[in-house]
Amino acid sequence: MRSIFKTGASALAVTTMLAGTAFAQELSGVLRISSDMSNPGPRAVMEQLAAEFDELHPNLTVDLTIVDREAWKTQIRNALSADPPDVVNWYAANRMAPFVNAGLFMDITEWWDAGDFAGLESVRGALTQDDRVWGIPYTYYQWGVYYREDIFNELGLSEPATWEEELANCQVIVDSGRACYTIGTRFLWTAGGWFDYLNMRTNGFDFHMALARGEVPWTDDRVRATFANWRQLIDMGGFIADHQNYSWQEALPFMINGEATAYLMGNFAVDQLRNGGLTDEQLDFYQFPIITEGLPQGEDAPTDTFHVAAGAQNVEAARAFLQYVASAEVQTRINGPEGLGQLPVNANASVADDEFIQQGFAMLSQNAQGGIAQFFDRDWPAEMASIGMEGLQEFMVFPDNLDDILDRLEAARQRVY
Amino acid sequence: MTDTSRDTATWMQRNRMTVTPILFLLPGLLFFTVYVIIPIFQSFQISLYDWDGLGAATYVGLENYRELGTDRNFEISLWNNVRWLALYLLAIPMGLFIALFLNQTVVGIRLYKSLFFFPFVLSQVVVGLVFSWFYLPREGLLNAVLQFFGLGTVNILGDPDLATYGIIAAGLWPQTAYCMILYLTGLNAVDPEQVEAGRLDGAKGWKMLWYVILPQLKPATFIAFVVTIIGALRSFDLISVMTNGGPFGSTRVLSFYMFEQALGEYGFRMGYGSAIAVVLFLIMLVFIGYFLWQMWRDERAARHG
Repeated sequence: MRSIFKTGASALAVTTMLAGTAFAQELSGVLRISSDMSNPGPRAVMEQLAAEFDELHPNLTVDLTIVDREAWKTQIRNALSADPPDVVNWYAANRMAPFVNAGLFMDITEWWDAGDFAGLESVRGALTQDDRVWGIPYTYYQWGVYYREDIFNELGLSEPATWEEELANCQVIVDSGRACYTIGTRFLWTAGGWFDYLNMRTNGFDFHMALARGEVPWTDDRVRATFANWRQLIDMGGFIADHQNYSWQEALPFMINGEATAYLMGNFAVDQLRNGGLTDEQLDFYQFPIITEGLPQGEDAPTDTFHVAAGAQNVEAARAFLQYVASAEVQTRINGPEGLGQLPVNANASVADDEFIQQGFAMLSQNAQGGIAQFFDRDWPAEMASIGMEGLQEFMVFPDNLDDILDRLEAARQRVY
Repeated sequence: MTDTSRDTATWMQRNRMTVTPILFLLPGLLFFTVYVIIPIFQSFQISLYDWDGLGAATYVGLENYRELGTDRNFEISLWNNVRWLALYLLAIPMGLFIALFLNQTVVGIRLYKSLFFFPFVLSQVVVGLVFSWFYLPREGLLNAVLQFFGLGTVNILGDPDLATYGIIAAGLWPQTAYCMILYLTGLNAVDPEQVEAGRLDGAKGWKMLWYVILPQLKPATFIAFVVTIIGALRSFDLISVMTNGGPFGSTRVLSFYMFEQALGEYGFRMGYGSAIAVVLFLIMLVFIGYFLWQMWRDERAARHG
């Protein structure tokens, strides 16, 4: 009797320790974090996060370095190789692969199994490679069609649910002298978003992922069907002209000025559209329409992550920090409207009271039975992604080159995998 | 003891003429070896491997070079380099004519000269930005002018057939200014007596330029040629700023492609990038070899002549 009680008590003690507060006395030294949250909003979130964690642990000093988000994509390699920090920011899925393969990320499967990250189970898959888990997510966001509600009302249109409705809507918009969609393909990835959606809707999520894994040739008829659907929109003048000259931000004014009515984009565009002067009455969101009946919808929802470097000096503090970031309370706060304005990864966190975040959350939790994809440049291996996105851009400008483009992508597929 | 030290001293004294220049050259040679010579050989070595810059490198022999042979992007980059080399040389005659035009004494000529020299002072990034705004398909000045004359609009940087020429035109702007400065200094050294003599013999206009002025400008022409060739092969920043290699890779040159493959966001194929670097190095070597040979010949002529 006594011994059972004792075991129970010590188990309880261990649990409370893991739960966080008990760490307060034990953590010491320096926790070095390198973050890529360099845009003004995210930067403030990250700085506050580091300051709070520092305050929670009197003996611990948090040393935060924030690197420009674009620069970090190449700098992380040096940062992890020589004198690595303890915790770094990165992306889920295939983008982790080079660092996992090179042994630069720490295997934190045991922390997951120990229940450190309760409420994150649903996203574990995106952080898993070779059956081990290599990091934790801290935020994600939906993709979908952001459109000008006021122009839709003016033209008497409603949100399309099927491809036929979509094409009919687009015809009306084109006839009114506008483009249906704005897009800036100069940096290529925006075209990847279009391909993701068209392919997931035409052939389904599983086929899309098989293509990403290199199991299906690019010259497959099903892939051609995706491009044929895409071409319908291109040929009717659905996209703005000269999109190959613009970055995604430079394409925003077309929508803000009303020359284009919609934008297939991630939720981060909302902030920019609002800053550009559009009100929530003028803006709305719908899920990408269904093309093939009966296919469960797959969605793009890229996840941003934290990882522990393999060479981390202060592993205990890193573990406590990951727990802290993943906790429901912190998740609610950093993803809230005052913070990142995105979706929390913890199932127990509450979703911000924002029209678009709420819609995105409802869509991803109820209407994405097909599965959640990360994004073209995160699901495909890097080399295939870059050649692929270049081909997608060329297709959008010269749809007649399709055969040539697909042959090229197929040749690349055979070499890369 | 004393004997040895005297021996050392005499050895130093005997060889002072040899040792001193070596000592002076040593720091320079050391840095040149560490930062230039050794990396060149390292590039050769890395180009034989398949390596992502992080993990273990696998030896693949000449596989990277074989792949270059079938890589269409490499072919496009190579051809673009040829275009750059050929068209960039236009900077030399253009610079010469501006220099001839400005080589006169009128009020405020210093101001005009500095205005013409101005583009060379600008950073390449600024030049790239200015030109990409100039070329903008809707708001750009170029299309405004074309429309004013009733001509259609043109999207230079968005058209795979035109984009490279658009970037070269932007590059010619500062390069012409550079050549102009070289020729202006050269023109100061033109011997007035020879011009006078030519004039007495009835040389005018083109003949005067071709037979009297240009031969005296040969050193300036040589330097202009060197900097223009090197500038053309180094072209990177303008491409990066104006098109980022696009649309669909049609404006890449070897240096840009090498950067993308080795250090770009989706790259990190160090071996393949090094193979491109080696090809670029061999192309440069042809020109560098020619320049060195030319300089050596001139110097020898100067010494014996």
